[in-house]
Formats: sequence, structure tokens, C-alpha cells
Amino acid sequence: MTFPLFTPAEDPGPSFVALLARLGMDRPESDLGQTSPHGFEGVAHGTTVLAVRFADGVVMAGDRRATSGHLISHRSIEKVFPADSGSGVAIAGAAGPAMEMVRLFQLQLEHYEKVEGNPLSLEGKANQLTLMLRSHLPVAMMGLPVVPLFAGYDQQQGRGRLFQFDITGGRYEEQDHAATGSGSLHATTVMKLRFNDTLDADSTLDLAIEALFHAADEDSATGGPDMIRGIFPVLATITSSGFERLADEDVARRTSGLLDRLSGGSR
Amino acid sequence: MTVPMYVPPEQVMKDRADYARKGIARGRASIASTYRDGVLLCAENPSNTLRKVSEIYDRIGFMGVGKYNEFDQLRIAGVRHADLKGYSYSRADVDARWLANQYAQILGQYFTHEMKPLEVEMLIAEMGPEPDGDRLFHLLYDGTVMDMTTFVVIGGEADVIRERMEASWATGADLDTALGAAVGALAGPDRTLGPEDLEVAVLARDNGRRAFQRLEGEALAALLG
Repeated sequence: MTFPLFTPAEDPGPSFVALLARLGMDRPESDLGQTSPHGFEGVAHGTTVLAVRFADGVVMAGDRRATSGHLISHRSIEKVFPADSGSGVAIAGAAGPAMEMVRLFQLQLEHYEKVEGNPLSLEGKANQLTLMLRSHLPVAMMGLPVVPLFAGYDQQQGRGRLFQFDITGGRYEEQDHAATGSGSLHATTVMKLRFNDTLDADSTLDLAIEALFHAADEDSATGGPDMIRGIFPVLATITSSGFERLADEDVARRTSGLLDRLSGGSR
Repeated sequence: MTVPMYVPPEQVMKDRADYARKGIARGRASIASTYRDGVLLCAENPSNTLRKVSEIYDRIGFMGVGKYNEFDQLRIAGVRHADLKGYSYSRADVDARWLANQYAQILGQYFTHEMKPLEVEMLIAEMGPEPDGDRLFHLLYDGTVMDMTTFVVIGGEADVIRERMEASWATGADLDTALGAAVGALAGPDRTLGPEDLEVAVLARDNGRRAFQRLEGEALAALLG
């Protein structure tokens, strides 16, 4: 690995992706070649993730299942990640490219912050994700789409914000809640009915768990709480004090509470 | 055709070293010091935007004195190198020793082969998992590397400041004491330095993955007492 010193004319600036391109270390998309008529059935796909705004920030949540066609390929993958100290990213779609995109996105934000001495604005971070999705579009069209959610606490505006994306890099800011992945329709219905402006962190976390539960109840590709193995959704809050992942015990306790309510109420 | 005048190589090297030293001596000094919970980086720097102290990687910090554009270019190359290495291999594979060696190569190359040597003196600090793993790599304008575990003074009047620091430095000091010693040594007997004259950061063992943290404003004022 040569030492990356550049002349001013060739300097790639604060972007890590541009640095990789300058050094010829970026991924050659053409290596994938033609897609098979059956798509990529053997490739793991992540399913449902969501984000809900509340007074002090945003809650992000994701189930733990990855599927390959009709099979469950992983029971405990994670789809919600810190993007940096004040924002989070959650992914649905082809798990391999999605994880790689998250890794590169995290590094892109950190690299910018270190080179420039200041972090990007929240809007700037969302736009970086747009650029990554756009360069991923050829691969998405071959059958390996990545569909992320991005949320964070906007220090300048003093509120939580959330962004939904499509495979072309289209960026859509949502006001209250957003979901993506195969179970997103059902999760959205729950959030739509239960959301209101007065929710605090505690009740927003319960709402996120309930939305994921109903998504898993209706969608075979979304994993519900696994009481036998002790696998629960990943939840995180993002507030002015940063990204904080909820402890598994806390999620387990909230899930048990939900199950109690449901079994008591429906019979 | 005129024959170029013969200049003995000793003279060339001495001239170059004098040139670089003069450039470095014009700047204010900085001190890196290990303390109980990590590494302290403390620079006398009245500017709030032109940084002398920076983050390179999870456990690695950077300090430069001399010509700003030269050490800043090297700093950015260091960040790029560390991020590339962490991305290609693993975050655990990025270490300060490798980086210090790379810097030494570049500085040595400039010193012997380029029109003018780089007028910089740099310090790469690495915080270890335990106090005895802390390392300070001191780099001179000609590519000399020195490896210390206590403290390093770089910049102008370094010799005087080093003597003052030797008198007050102690193993296993807490942050208050270490900062007091560094600021006292930088200021000397006739001056006092306030938060607005200093740029201070730590690599602290209890900071999680990214150990680098700037101490500014009220937090710094409170530490200075």
C-alpha cells in the first residue's frame, strides 16, 4: 500500500469514495456480468426496518431475519447501525451489498470529519447516501437492490429527521415515520394508526416493537421475536446525545409486555 | 559551459538542517504526554481554526509544528492511509508504528532529494489498551524517528520547555495534573496561558472506539482551574 500523498491537482478531497476511485480500489461493477433469469435466489435478503420520530429524536428498529428465496438464511443478522455518533442507517435488500454500503457510508462520514475537522450536516450525510445508491443502481437492476433508511438528530434545527430512499438514490424526507423492506406495508399501517405528536421515547420504542411484530405476523420474510433462542429486534434511539442501541434485555422485556397485552386482548 | 562550484555534502546537509530548524523554531511549542488514562496532546495555538492537534484513527492522534500547509498535507495523508488500511484489512490492523515509518520515509526523501526540506516536526501518539502500551513517535524534519513513552516536546524553544517538563512530569498522573504540568512548561515562569491560547485533546481509554476527544471552552477552563 503506497502512502497516499497527492499533488494539489490530483487531490481527491475529503471523500473516501473519491480516494478509493483515485487509487483504483473501488469495486468494478462490471465483474458481476449478466444476471441469471432466476435472479439471485441464493443471496440473503434483509427485510423490514423502520424509523419513527418523537419529540427528542428518532427511534430506528429492524427485525433480525435474512431470507434466500423461501428459506431463512440467517436468524440474527443486524440491520440497524450507527452511521456516526449522531445518526443511524438501517438497511433492507440484498444483505451483502447492503452491509458493504453501510461500512463504506460509516467510513465516508468519519473520513470527512477527520479530514475537514468538522462533521457533515445531516442533509449532507443523507446526500452522501444518495450518491452511493446511485452508483449501486446497475447492480440493483441486476437483482441486488439495497434500500436504506437514514435518520439522525439535526443539531442545527434541533429535531430528529428521517429519510427514505429508493434504489435509484431518490431521497424522500418523511415527517413522522418511515419503513422499508418486505414487511413495510404492515409496519406502516401500525405506525400510521398509533403515531401521534405527543409520544415520548418510551412509548415510541413500544410502538416500533409493535409495528415490527405485526409485520412479522403478516410477512413470512420478516422475523418475529424468537423467545426460544432469545433473539429480539434491534432498536436504537437517536437524540441530541447521540445514537444509543437498546440493551437486549430491555427489548425482551418490552416484547413480553406486548405479547401479554396481545394474548390478553384478543381472546 | 560553467562548472558548478563544489560544495561538500556535509555543508549541504548542514545548510538544509539549519534552514528547516529555523522554520520550526519560529513556531510555538506543543507537548504530548502520557497520563494514567491515555495520552494528552497540548499545543500553544491561539488560532481556533488552524489546527495543530488532530485525530488520525481510533487510537492514534497527530500533532504538528512548523509550516502549516506542509504538516497539514502530511496529516491528511495519514488519515487517508489509516482509513484505507482499516478498510482493506481490519480496524485492529492500523498502528502508529507503521504510520511513523511512512512519515519518516517521506521526510527523509524531502530532506535529501527535494529543493527544500519540509519545515515540520511531528508527533504521532498511540494509546494502548493498558498504560504501558502508550507510545509517542517523535519525527524530525530529516526523517529521524524517536520512540518515547513519557512525554515529547516539539517546536520552538523545545529544550527549555523539555527541562521544565522533566521537573514536573510523573508516571500515572491524572488528567488535571498532566495538563497542569504541560501548560506550566509551555508558559514558563513569566506567562500564564488561558484556554483561548491552547489547543488540547486527549486519547482517553474510556472513550470507546474513537478515543480522540477535544477539550475546549468551559471543559478546558474547568480543567485548568
